[in-house]
Amino acid sequence: MLIPCPHCGTRPVEEFTFLGDASVKRPTSNDPASMDQWFDYVYLRDNPKGRFDEYAHHAGGCRAWLVVSRNTATHEVYGCVTARDYAKAGGKS
Amino acid sequence: MKYSVFSLLKHTLSGHKNWEPAWRDPAPKKDYDVVIVGGGGHGLATAYYLAKVHGVKNVAVLEKGWLGSGNIGRNTTIIRSNYMLAGNNPFYEFSMKLWEGLEQDFNFNAMVSQRGVLNLCHTDAQRDAFARRGNAMRIDGVDAELLDRAAVREMYPFFDYDNARFPIKGGLLQRRGGTVRHDAVAWGYARGADSHGVDIIQNCEVTGIRIENGKVKGVDTSRGPIACGKLGLAAAGNSSEVAAMAGMRLPIESHVLQAFVSEGLKPYIEGVVTFGAGHFYVSQSDKGGLVFGGDIDGYNSYARRGNLPMVEHVVEAGVAMIPSIARVRVLRSWGGIMDMSMDGSPIIDKTHIDGLYLNAGWCYGGFKATPASGWCFAHTIAKDEPHKLNAAYRLDRFRTGHMLDEKGQGATPNLH
Repeated sequence: MLIPCPHCGTRPVEEFTFLGDASVKRPTSNDPASMDQWFDYVYLRDNPKGRFDEYAHHAGGCRAWLVVSRNTATHEVYGCVTARDYAKAGGKS
Repeated sequence: MKYSVFSLLKHTLSGHKNWEPAWRDPAPKKDYDVVIVGGGGHGLATAYYLAKVHGVKNVAVLEKGWLGSGNIGRNTTIIRSNYMLAGNNPFYEFSMKLWEGLEQDFNFNAMVSQRGVLNLCHTDAQRDAFARRGNAMRIDGVDAELLDRAAVREMYPFFDYDNARFPIKGGLLQRRGGTVRHDAVAWGYARGADSHGVDIIQNCEVTGIRIENGKVKGVDTSRGPIACGKLGLAAAGNSSEVAAMAGMRLPIESHVLQAFVSEGLKPYIEGVVTFGAGHFYVSQSDKGGLVFGGDIDGYNSYARRGNLPMVEHVVEAGVAMIPSIARVRVLRSWGGIMDMSMDGSPIIDKTHIDGLYLNAGWCYGGFKATPASGWCFAHTIAKDEPHKLNAAYRLDRFRTGHMLDEKGQGATPNLH
């Protein structure tokens, strides 16, 4: 897999460390009543076969946190943006 | 027909032309008491024990590809019961005991070979952890021996004992661990289940799950709708996809794990050995090839093939442990899709939907569990409640905080 890093250009996959699903939303409340949201956030995953947005750390390059859009069934990479831009766009790639 | 030396002799005399197929190829019926989704090791074993132990005769196993095309034919064939936690190890030891009697039980040569599983340790802290795990195993009645460096060297003189970063300090040995011919496990269970009347339906992909008023009614498949009283999901890497058909989200991610086999060599590595300083495990098949693997690639995947960086990583770890394999050529590599749970332990449980049962989250330890997984899942389905051996493998443990986290590292989907 080759990842088009917005800072470094197209780089090989071994430079990146993946953290998984970028679509999960961290709950904003520590209220015990929100424990269901925390359970969702920590443990449950859509785990789709197909298009998937995932966090990736460019550990062997610019060291920025990125979001890679990739097909989990074919490993085709659709694109890559910084995590900041991804968040600004409301969690959409 | 029972396989024996006499049936072999009889068919030898007739030129092996009259062997019957080991299982039927039935068309799906309209209605079953129990339908199992997934014709891999766990699904077939579940059907076998449902029919044999619980007397449930009207059972079907639905497999989207061909029988045993998934992880049962893609693993590194290792069996062991060297876990630590109380909710885990009695289950794996029960599995080991089933392995020990399996071939007589289902009348099929699965080449169960208890050649020993040795985990190497490289630091004092790791040796202490192994002593603790070995003692936990012995409390559960499992054999465990803590070997010092000299004892390991006697078994395997060709390892790199004086590696500057990872000197070998000793190891934890389970002599009853070993390897099993993985395909034969699928074939043996399929033949056994079929002989007890189970319909094994291949090339039949489940496309939907019918639920009415909170109760399972049946499945839609590529070969038409099939009604059922109870539905068991044993879809391994595709568990999330299948569970989504019932509106469920699971604490599981699917990841690719690669495995490798080398060219054939003369007898060289007697048992199974794992490197404690990196992720590498190796055994030698009866054909002579070194069968080895490492860690998952590290990104979500359903692709059944990995990337080269992990190939390089695994081979580096192997050569660090056994320098003499540096010149051995790799013959084949392949990938399988692991249902990585969030605490490294599996799920065998009922669900909130009446008549729907889940068997998933095996990470990359599912093969050794095949007999006990089938046995416990069959019990859970037949009795509508878990057996005490799988009582800790609850689906709701993530919500209630009763994780089975052998490494104490969760929640992350890269444990096993």
